[in-house]
Amino acid sequence: MKRILILVCLCAAMVFSASTIYANPEAYHVGCAFAVTGKASWLGEPERNTVEMIAKQINDNGGINGHPLVLHIEDTQGDNTRAVNAVKKLIKKDKVCAIIGTSRSGTSMAAIPVATQSEIPMISCASAAVITTPVEQRKWIFKVGPDDSDAARNIFEHMNAHDINKIGILTGTTGFGAAGREQLKEIAGEYGIEIIADETYNPTDTDMTAQLISIRKTGAQAVINWSIVPAQSIVSQNMQQLKLTIPLYQSHGFANIKYAEAAGDSAEGCIFPAGRIMAVDTLSDDHPQKAPLTEYKKAYESTYNEHVSTFGGHAYDALWILVNALKKVGDDPAKLRDELENTTFVGVGGIFEYSEKDHCGLDKDDFALLTVKDGKFVVLKD
Amino acid sequence: MNHTDGAFVDVLQFLIMGIQRGSIYAMVAMGFNMIYNATGIINFAQGEFVVLGGLMMVTLTMAYNLSIVFAFILTVLFLIIAGILMERLTINPVKQPTVLRLIIITIAVSIIIKGAAMVFWGKGSHYMRHFSGTESLDFYGARILPQTLWIFAILFFVVVAYILFFNYTMTGKCMRACAINRDAARLAGINDRKMVMLSFALSAGIGAIAGIIITPIIQMDYARGAMLGLKGFGAAVLGGLGNSMGAVVAGVLLGILEAMGAGYISSHYMDAIALVILLFVLFIRPSGIFGSSEAMRLKEF
Repeated sequence: MKRILILVCLCAAMVFSASTIYANPEAYHVGCAFAVTGKASWLGEPERNTVEMIAKQINDNGGINGHPLVLHIEDTQGDNTRAVNAVKKLIKKDKVCAIIGTSRSGTSMAAIPVATQSEIPMISCASAAVITTPVEQRKWIFKVGPDDSDAARNIFEHMNAHDINKIGILTGTTGFGAAGREQLKEIAGEYGIEIIADETYNPTDTDMTAQLISIRKTGAQAVINWSIVPAQSIVSQNMQQLKLTIPLYQSHGFANIKYAEAAGDSAEGCIFPAGRIMAVDTLSDDHPQKAPLTEYKKAYESTYNEHVSTFGGHAYDALWILVNALKKVGDDPAKLRDELENTTFVGVGGIFEYSEKDHCGLDKDDFALLTVKDGKFVVLKD
Repeated sequence: MNHTDGAFVDVLQFLIMGIQRGSIYAMVAMGFNMIYNATGIINFAQGEFVVLGGLMMVTLTMAYNLSIVFAFILTVLFLIIAGILMERLTINPVKQPTVLRLIIITIAVSIIIKGAAMVFWGKGSHYMRHFSGTESLDFYGARILPQTLWIFAILFFVVVAYILFFNYTMTGKCMRACAINRDAARLAGINDRKMVMLSFALSAGIGAIAGIIITPIIQMDYARGAMLGLKGFGAAVLGGLGNSMGAVVAGVLLGILEAMGAGYISSHYMDAIALVILLFVLFIRPSGIFGSSEAMRLKEF
């Protein structure tokens, strides 16, 4: 009797669990792998917030052509091993039709082989150029983060216009900083700019005076600070302290208003390339991105009561690009991939134009040069 | 190029930055030593005291707009209470207080404090205004922040207070007695448990001061404790564990070495330079620069 009872319970449990899985037989399952916690949580957290916000909005409005959107969100903690495991789980267990993520360049590179072998399209929110190049080996991989090289080109063009040709670079020793350092050194020559000082600092460093003095000794005409960690806001403070008055350029990693707040008045006037989301209020009304930017900023800031960031914007772009494709071709991974390759989308990060040869879709015009004025990010006028 | 260039000015600048770094290491090391002397253990939550001090100060001055002096006192008091709580709740109740057990407990406490700080203050970096402006002053061509002068002055004040306390007050002498020989001190009527509690209170207080004065310059986040603790521990070992004046000298020395290494060798290997020198000293003098090797042999750890 007891055995039968257990059997009945088991059956009931199975039916119950099965019914929760198959309650929406036509739901579209999308996997998201973000660094929600850990060292890169400032990337993953706004990304997760953004996709949850959009998914709710889509499902409240009746889903995608009537299909509810189900997000499976995994936390990679910014760690390569966890990222690979998360992507494997999303593909094998959750049977997702596409993956958004991961947040960091390193974890994206680690996850690429998994997605490629399983033939599941993956839209990375990171920015390293190698994620989508060479494109023949990246058939299933797309990204919404802009290329580092395009950010560097914006800086160098501005330098050319202002007769700056001998510069010092100061980069963080994280993946972002190291990749940026390579790009800067590679591209500088194209613009006739010579890097005469090359310094680095650790994410945990608290004082860059020594590096700045080394740069000062070389007589550099400007400094580029390429980093994404909070420590970068110390650079401008140290420059102010040393009375080093040469222009300071920052990378798009500076595009977080908290960094400008932390740097205080020392950040005034520094120049950096960034997505237009950071200065949407000072963007002219006829710009095609004005509408999506304003909408996203308003929605995010009213939902989560915190500043919008470019990183959340990446997730916004990735999810909407995917949703648009789902709308057209449904959730077959191969069809989705083909559709993604033909996508044009005006989003937060810029105007995406994916093609067979370009899985990044952005170019250098999708960056705007911004500066800090009275503690706020504004579009640079000259 | 401006008039401030020149080898001398650079050396001076590195020296100033080095002493500034070193002052913090020195204070963390003093905190380590106080507890080491009273209990024979290394308190791995020492770096967390610094973080708590810094974050608390940020909240009081930036969110509640308290004056710096008032917030300073309040923060130090808060941390002293936190230190006492830590000792009463985690160290005191242990039935068989072996060194290893207690050290593991302090590691656990450091993880708990770190987690709590993350939940309470979030994962971001926090900044606060400098005590008296950010306009740097000219010092023979080198630039020095008013905040750096504050750090030097407060380190000096802490060292003087430390010497006075341990040499001229009864409580201080009792603590020293416990450090030399706990059993003998107890036989002489000293309440050694109370001294242990006091050592936690004082080292948390010093940690808080270090956190408060450095936060305007380096910013503070919940995860900084480990690195601050590690460097401070390095200074304590370099100066000879248990020797607080040695720790001050060693801490400042370590800071200067780091700054010089970053300036003249390579900023890429700044941390490595300091740690390599630390290793060398330990190979040659395992008891630290100022430690006595006889005293070292008598200690358990």
